[in-house]
Amino acid sequence: MWSKQHADLGTPSRGGECGGRSGRNGHGIDKSAREVTVLIDGKEVRVPEGTSVLRAAALAGVGVPKLCATDTLEPFGSCRLCLVEIEGKRGFPASCTTLVEAGMKVKTFSERLASLRRGVMELYISDHPLDCLTCPADGDCELQDMAGDVGLREVRYGYAGKNHLQAAKEVSNPYFTFDPAKCIVCSRCVRACDEIQGTFALTVEGRGFDSLIQPGPTKEFLSSECVSCGACVLACPTSALMEKAVIDLGLPSESTDTTCAYCGVGCSFHAETKGATVVRMTPNQESLSNHGHSCVKGRFAWSYATSRDRVTKPMLRKNIEEPWTEVSWQEAIQYVASEFLRIREKHGRYSIGAVSSSRCTNEEDYIVQKLVRAVFRNNNIDTCARVCHSPTGYGLKKAFGESAGTNPFDSVDQANLIFVVGANPTDGHPVFGSRMKQRLRAGAKLIVADPRRIDLVRNPHIQADLYLPLRPGTNVALLNALAHVILEEKLENREYVEARCDLSAYEKWRAFVLRPENSPEAMAPVTGVPAESIRAAARLYATTKPAAIYYGLGVTEHSQGSTAVMCLANLGMLTGNVGVEGAGVNPLRGQNNVQGSCDMGSFPHELTGYRHVSNETARRSFERAWGVEIDPEPGFRITNMLSAASIGEFKGLYMHGEDLVQSDPDASHVIEGLRNMELVVLHDIFLNESARYAHVFLPGCSFLEKDGTFTNAERRIQLVRQVMPPICGKQEWEVMQEIAQAMGYPMHYNHASEIMDEVARLTPTFHGVSFEKLARLGSIQWPCNENAPEGTLVLHQKEFVRGKGFFALTGYVATQERVSERFPLLLTTGRILFHYNVGTQTRRTANSTWSKEDLLEIHPSDAEERGIRDGDKTELRSRKGSALMHCVVTERVAPGTVYATFHFPENRTNVLTTENSDWATNCPEYKVTAVQVSRVFEPVRGEERENGKAAKRREIVPAAGE
Amino acid sequence: MIEDLVRMANQIGDFFGSEPSQEEATAGIAEHLKKFWTPSMREKLIEYAQRDGKGLSEPVRAALSRLLPPSAGS
Repeated sequence: MWSKQHADLGTPSRGGECGGRSGRNGHGIDKSAREVTVLIDGKEVRVPEGTSVLRAAALAGVGVPKLCATDTLEPFGSCRLCLVEIEGKRGFPASCTTLVEAGMKVKTFSERLASLRRGVMELYISDHPLDCLTCPADGDCELQDMAGDVGLREVRYGYAGKNHLQAAKEVSNPYFTFDPAKCIVCSRCVRACDEIQGTFALTVEGRGFDSLIQPGPTKEFLSSECVSCGACVLACPTSALMEKAVIDLGLPSESTDTTCAYCGVGCSFHAETKGATVVRMTPNQESLSNHGHSCVKGRFAWSYATSRDRVTKPMLRKNIEEPWTEVSWQEAIQYVASEFLRIREKHGRYSIGAVSSSRCTNEEDYIVQKLVRAVFRNNNIDTCARVCHSPTGYGLKKAFGESAGTNPFDSVDQANLIFVVGANPTDGHPVFGSRMKQRLRAGAKLIVADPRRIDLVRNPHIQADLYLPLRPGTNVALLNALAHVILEEKLENREYVEARCDLSAYEKWRAFVLRPENSPEAMAPVTGVPAESIRAAARLYATTKPAAIYYGLGVTEHSQGSTAVMCLANLGMLTGNVGVEGAGVNPLRGQNNVQGSCDMGSFPHELTGYRHVSNETARRSFERAWGVEIDPEPGFRITNMLSAASIGEFKGLYMHGEDLVQSDPDASHVIEGLRNMELVVLHDIFLNESARYAHVFLPGCSFLEKDGTFTNAERRIQLVRQVMPPICGKQEWEVMQEIAQAMGYPMHYNHASEIMDEVARLTPTFHGVSFEKLARLGSIQWPCNENAPEGTLVLHQKEFVRGKGFFALTGYVATQERVSERFPLLLTTGRILFHYNVGTQTRRTANSTWSKEDLLEIHPSDAEERGIRDGDKTELRSRKGSALMHCVVTERVAPGTVYATFHFPENRTNVLTTENSDWATNCPEYKVTAVQVSRVFEPVRGEERENGKAAKRREIVPAAGE
Repeated sequence: MIEDLVRMANQIGDFFGSEPSQEEATAGIAEHLKKFWTPSMREKLIEYAQRDGKGLSEPVRAALSRLLPPSAGS
């Protein structure tokens, strides 16, 4: 454990002192906790009630030896090293499990304590290899530290007795090894898997001398329930659990704090390196987004950054049927600039545009939209947020006035009811999922609405109070029915609504929701959820306070995505759960910077800070700063760009960090659009599926090579710091800057921080943001300005950003995607833990060990009807195309629904998805596709042998002599 | 492209179908088209509606007739 990064205070914080800005293990800070004063070796220290003596001593600057205690885990009391003497108390209590009492006088060192501690160490070392100098933990081993601390000089038992020194190493996991010979059975790993990750994969098998850490009945990490989050490796005080990279390379020599580039949790990591080689990524304990936890992707799956597939030189071709030619940067940039200018001259101002990336930094996204608005001179800029959370942008803006999640992650510690709709946090947002599980184990209630029985419904020590398995496409029907029950049974928070919301809109909406067609009884056949369950869920949500809603793409990626977001906002306002800690309407943002990308004005209708392009004041401030006129009319969205391309009106596209062909729906429509363009520029780190249709490839940078910022789902802006120099030689924003210059527009930033400074000057919600402040505070949640100089935790606390909360009318409109005889099943899609979106990054790491293909989940009754057995190869067919996948027969999905992931281009899941999209934002309806599934027959080896034998049997051998 | 525009416009119309009055529905659709559609998309659909507008729902037709032709961009 790289303990030099963080002073380990022994046991978790109970209150607001020293890094304790939030509760632990699902318990919020007890703000009413009193403080207690104690004396540690004569030094006075004040700590919150409930703090351990060990932690109080550490806070007083006094070190007490410890092995099984660590401040990320609840005290255990097994190693007996932290013994102290307390005046008035008998014996030698363990300071980790002893709580402070007012007036306590503690002595941490005496001859007696010293000999007891030495005795403990003698026992440990009598059964421990003495190969320190060749051990991977040499220099970073708490056992070494403690042996030094207690002054161990001899082991009186000798080394000839029974021991575990010959125990075999367990190396199945691609990222870390387990060496039982080095294990001291402190149980930190087991406790980390329980308390922090919540998977409960590890246990101590056997007792006494026979105790052995086991990952399950297979005795192997890889085939166990272990999700490879690395919490056990981080917690392990010796080299028993050790990263394979450290075994191979040695301990890291430097460390740079940066932010993960995978999901919207935005975990902060110490990128630990030797020179420009990353040895390991360890989660940052001080970070308020992940509090020292991580998942397999951020922790281990970053080797794609140095994959052999990385393209490092610009490439060009006049025709997509030709092979690529490597060219110099200058040639590539000149070509791009001159082509965009030529196309604009020939086909008009609106024939060119760009798609920016929710995986790239705020600074890069800002430059791309500036390139489009100031240099291309139109508003044809869109971002991949279009295909995931654009309905969140629309819906929350409409209802509350701000397109962002309302509460920080820490707020979950105060929630008494958690309502998860269309999200799978344990797979999609694992670190936050673990936080949520901590709260659920501590007693919060859980309602889950999802067509698939996600892991959260039934998890170790967790069971959903209500699980609503609704039919795909019926979210709004269900949510309206919930609101109907709350109003009918008079469970609404009338005072809140009257004080904070637009009353005329409310009355209109109330009358609408109370109509009989929105009742649970009417909606039960539509949704497939029994009316009693709907009623029970509504009652539970309305009567448990505070109640928090967490939702994801299962809400937004529908033809009524924006409507469903507004339904959730309505439920929140109706029950007084917005602007309150422990409550809120919380979108689980997918990408690491999807929030940021939207903040930076990457939508065709909005400038930074969600100001519509028709907003005179906003536009003028940009026009002054940029020296050009800005188009006041909205530009094309991605799908509009592609449609316009198909009819010859859109000809040039700059695609930054995005793979339209694999990620966007209706792949054939995308390909048709790209083929019709005269210039497709792809700026990325790998040749992805879209590269087949590109004319220019500009090599990009991974997050390890960038300086910039990402904004996570909590509106938390965090720094991304360069850990290795750009392999292609240029920062991505530098390339964009050069393109702008080559097109005749002066753009001269020297550092990413200057770009953020410009954003701050021009965006009221970002006025107080700067790299310097981010480094000082660690992170900032916007809005950050004169009203909130250090950022804002909870939005809409005193009033909504738009003033009064708005209840939008949310009529249920069934999706156009209906099942038919030809396509009788509904396909919905999702993700697994080990892969990220279209797998461009994770497929190039050892995460492929766990998953090498997309799998189709199908219910037993549907499978039986079709003669399909578990593991069979199947063909999925929709009206758009077909795909092949092996299947898993499971009851997780209801009859009539099938489920697939989309991480592998070979499985072509998006060939199936349709052109249907959200009415307001065109967010594709990935979650509802009518399909038919049939078994694919392939000759079995046995059959081939039989065929061979049959041929031989037909052979005729001429008789002798003929 | 025109089929896409008709489909999207009708979808918008469906959302505003819960509005209690026709006036509110028409205003809602018109405002949405103004805020989120490009001038060229609106032009195409208005032209289509004026030609025959086959497939367009009534509320969408009403909203389109309300939309002034957008000022030509430079």
